[in-house]
Amino acid sequence: MTSPTTTDLVDYDDAVARFDPVLGIEVHVELGTRTKMFDGAPAGFGEEPNTSVTPVSLGLPGSLPVVNGTAVEYAIRIGLALNCEIAQSCRFARKNYFYPDVPKNFQTSQYDEPIAHDGWVDVELEDGTTFRVEIERAHMEEDAGKNTHVGGATGRIHGAEYSLVDYNRAGIPLVEIVTRPITGAGDRAPEVARAYVQTLRDLFRALEVSEARMERGNVRADVNVSLRPTPDSPLGTRTETKNVNSFRSVERAVRYEISRQAAVLDAGGTVVQETRHWHEDTGTTTSGRIKSDAEDYRYFPEPDLVPIAPDRAWVEEIRAALPELPAARRRRLQGEWGYADAEMRDVVNAGAVELIEATTAAGASPTAARKWWMGELARTAKQQEVELADLPITPAQIGQLQGLVDSGRINDKLARQVLEGVLAGEGDPEAVVQARGLEVVSDDGPLLAAIDDALAAQPDIAEKIRGGNLGPVGAIIGAVMKATRGQADAARVRELVLERVQG
Amino acid sequence: MTNADLTRLSAAQLADRLAAGDVSSVDATQAHLDRIAAVDDAVHAFLHVSAEEALATAREVDDRRARGEEVHALAGVPIAVKDVVVTKGLPTTAGSRILEGWVPPYDATLVERIKAAGLPILGKTNMDEFAMGSSTEHSAYGDTHNPWDLDRIPGGSGGGSAAAVAAYEAPLAIGTDTGGSIRQPAAVTGTVGVKPTYGSVSRYGLIALASSLDQAGPVTRTVLDSALLHELIGGHDPRDSTSIPEPLPSLVEAARAGASGDLTGLRVGIVTELQGEGYQAGVLARFHESLELLQQAGATLVEVSCPHFTYALAAYYLILPAEASSNLAKFDGMRFGLRVEPAQGPATAERVMAATRGQGFGDEVKRRIILGTYALSAGYYDAYYGSAQKVRTLIQRDFAAAFAQADVLVSPTAPTTAFKLGEKLDDPLAMYLNDVATIPANLAGVPGLSLPSGLSDDGLPAGFQILAPAKADDRLYRVGAALEALLEQSWEGPLLAKAPELEVAR
Repeated sequence: MTSPTTTDLVDYDDAVARFDPVLGIEVHVELGTRTKMFDGAPAGFGEEPNTSVTPVSLGLPGSLPVVNGTAVEYAIRIGLALNCEIAQSCRFARKNYFYPDVPKNFQTSQYDEPIAHDGWVDVELEDGTTFRVEIERAHMEEDAGKNTHVGGATGRIHGAEYSLVDYNRAGIPLVEIVTRPITGAGDRAPEVARAYVQTLRDLFRALEVSEARMERGNVRADVNVSLRPTPDSPLGTRTETKNVNSFRSVERAVRYEISRQAAVLDAGGTVVQETRHWHEDTGTTTSGRIKSDAEDYRYFPEPDLVPIAPDRAWVEEIRAALPELPAARRRRLQGEWGYADAEMRDVVNAGAVELIEATTAAGASPTAARKWWMGELARTAKQQEVELADLPITPAQIGQLQGLVDSGRINDKLARQVLEGVLAGEGDPEAVVQARGLEVVSDDGPLLAAIDDALAAQPDIAEKIRGGNLGPVGAIIGAVMKATRGQADAARVRELVLERVQG
Repeated sequence: MTNADLTRLSAAQLADRLAAGDVSSVDATQAHLDRIAAVDDAVHAFLHVSAEEALATAREVDDRRARGEEVHALAGVPIAVKDVVVTKGLPTTAGSRILEGWVPPYDATLVERIKAAGLPILGKTNMDEFAMGSSTEHSAYGDTHNPWDLDRIPGGSGGGSAAAVAAYEAPLAIGTDTGGSIRQPAAVTGTVGVKPTYGSVSRYGLIALASSLDQAGPVTRTVLDSALLHELIGGHDPRDSTSIPEPLPSLVEAARAGASGDLTGLRVGIVTELQGEGYQAGVLARFHESLELLQQAGATLVEVSCPHFTYALAAYYLILPAEASSNLAKFDGMRFGLRVEPAQGPATAERVMAATRGQGFGDEVKRRIILGTYALSAGYYDAYYGSAQKVRTLIQRDFAAAFAQADVLVSPTAPTTAFKLGEKLDDPLAMYLNDVATIPANLAGVPGLSLPSGLSDDGLPAGFQILAPAKADDRLYRVGAALEALLEQSWEGPLLAKAPELEVAR
């Protein structure tokens, strides 16, 4: 056995105390172009299997690729945002290997001539510091089809009765971003890995090159991890954990590999250079295929495509048109909203920047917007173990809710009930207020009746108040609030109680 | 006119009669279908005859003409298409078992253009499997026979198209030329074949052999007919990234101008490296006679040297197999064509692919896939594929230098006349040598034309090759038409008139 069981792990803190982890991360992003990388088939999501295809994406005999100009533009946008140099001229190559989800049995990819190279990106960590990740290259390629293995227990090919292939995804444009070895992260390596992938995800969205939805596989990360005794030692043997598809998993996978490799090295073993599979359920990785020198993709320049030579003026046009990037935007918004550094950091870490921005656009104050998203809603999201953005409530609804509070139609307590209703799918706040009858009672008549009932029910307290002892007035107010199911304005009730007793 | 007469007309002549209303396309098409029925058992130029579809197209063209609609000059003139070109609804095998029964769901761009112009497609012609060969003997569906002598090869890989035209089964045919597969069959069957400038005819829908070398072109009995067909299928195609955007000079005009026979001021370069040893005496004799005619027509002859042509064959047999090994990877039994499950053991994807390819590909295809896979392997790439690409650059420079001294270059098309079926089948190197004179043009992307130069000492046709700079295809037609006119004067008619009559099946 080359891979230890979960019991063979070195405690993480111990591992990073004795070893220096080095990372390398490859992120694939599916570009949100209308059509595929090399043909006119729509690059959609969720279509019937094998309907978004042409002879080209099926690799039919005689078909030829033509490069999607928008994909090139998007790749350049990504390259520029990552501070890369854009190649004067670059080519596609063929990566030859036989696999049924690759229709031509070669993938058309950039090999030794990427469109963008030698860049960097600053990654913000949770403590507010930044960590610079150097980018080796960003290159264009096409996605493969999707295999579904049927009949086995694991959903993997092993043990399956048969496999189905959907070529809708085959030929979707991808940009692969490869880092240089990430050194110096030390015990923060897992966090750096997560923050890096998250930074790229935010960047893709800001650049409008992809919806960048992790759960749809729009963004996929392969994480290389190696350990060495000290930062001065030569690089250790790395493993590549493939298709880690959530931020949290990226962090966990790195952490796991550090603990696992440390155990292998402690036991006097050697880390095997291999591909590893990430298991979300157990939080572990297992050995995949061994990467050896025998794996030969026989790369050669794709003779069906002419080189791409992006016009310099065009590149500069793209650069000039780049949108505000996430880091700059966060700084601007923090200023506009008047949040303290720690407040802003929490908002960013909670993934609430866009939500708060949209909520303020819907009329709420930045303070109110933050109160909702970072308070009640953050607790709910945590309870339900979902992302804030995935809660069934929109910033517009929060804006409306706050509007109801600001106008005095509901109070804070009622607002929480309204929120509950919205989350339960009862409709907009306005509708929930109507349906549940939650409006603040502003008519004195019903309040006076409730006050009279309360005073009558607690004659001793009424007596004390009449005697000028205002201490127990809260008990009456409480009873009235209870009787009106919280819909009364407590301040008004207090006024009325005093009028009643003393007047 | 009788049916036999209709099949003897050139495409241009037939087009004129169709335009004049002297004959109908249905009659012309039927005449060719009859001819196919009569002689193709012996010639075996066709793998598939699409009589119904051809007649339907013919009827449609006749109707359009009857309604007075404007139609293409070649509308109604039947055509045969090499089986490496995909045709919607018509079986397309590329001469391979691995595609047996495959009916493409789409048309190649050049087929779209042929259909749009209203040329009835008579059928698909035989070829060496995946266009690998110089004799059509590597077809998985049997040999094609040379109409001049049925015991001899019709050349290859496009032996079917050349034989169909030579046997009057079609006035026009489409070929593809990766290292000579249009020109060498033309030479050994006494017909005309043109490999256009790389990128001037769309490759979309050509089942790729070697992407950087493949080019489709016309196979006809006259130079003018080639020009007409070349103009029809040529021009920019956005679906082929290597397609040249700008239009070429008019080819038909060049052919018509050349037919006057005046070549005053033209500089003709004789390539030193493409003659001499290995060339049959009769082939060289016809070549030199043609040179004299060119000189009489006013051309100046200059001797030019292209020293790196010596390495062309070696470079070609690295580049072609390398690209082919990758292009042919898609034939795996997963999506289309033949699917073979292993005789024993589990039918995993990998094992089905192996069994399908093992059974579906012929020996020559396997030989080249193995060669190409090896040439691209890590550690060998630079020595083989890399070196071959350097030779390719040197050959391009040789051409550039030669075209500084001459407007066109000339050579015999093939070193010999048609050899006997089976003669070179077991000697791949001897087979490869057939293309020694044609390969340099593919490596450099320049256009080349072959036309008959006469009969060699063995009574079989020899070919004369004209090469021009890239995008100067018009020069091929000007010079070719001039030489054709002069030669036909000396022969008192077309060379094909000297071919023995084929026995007609009843």
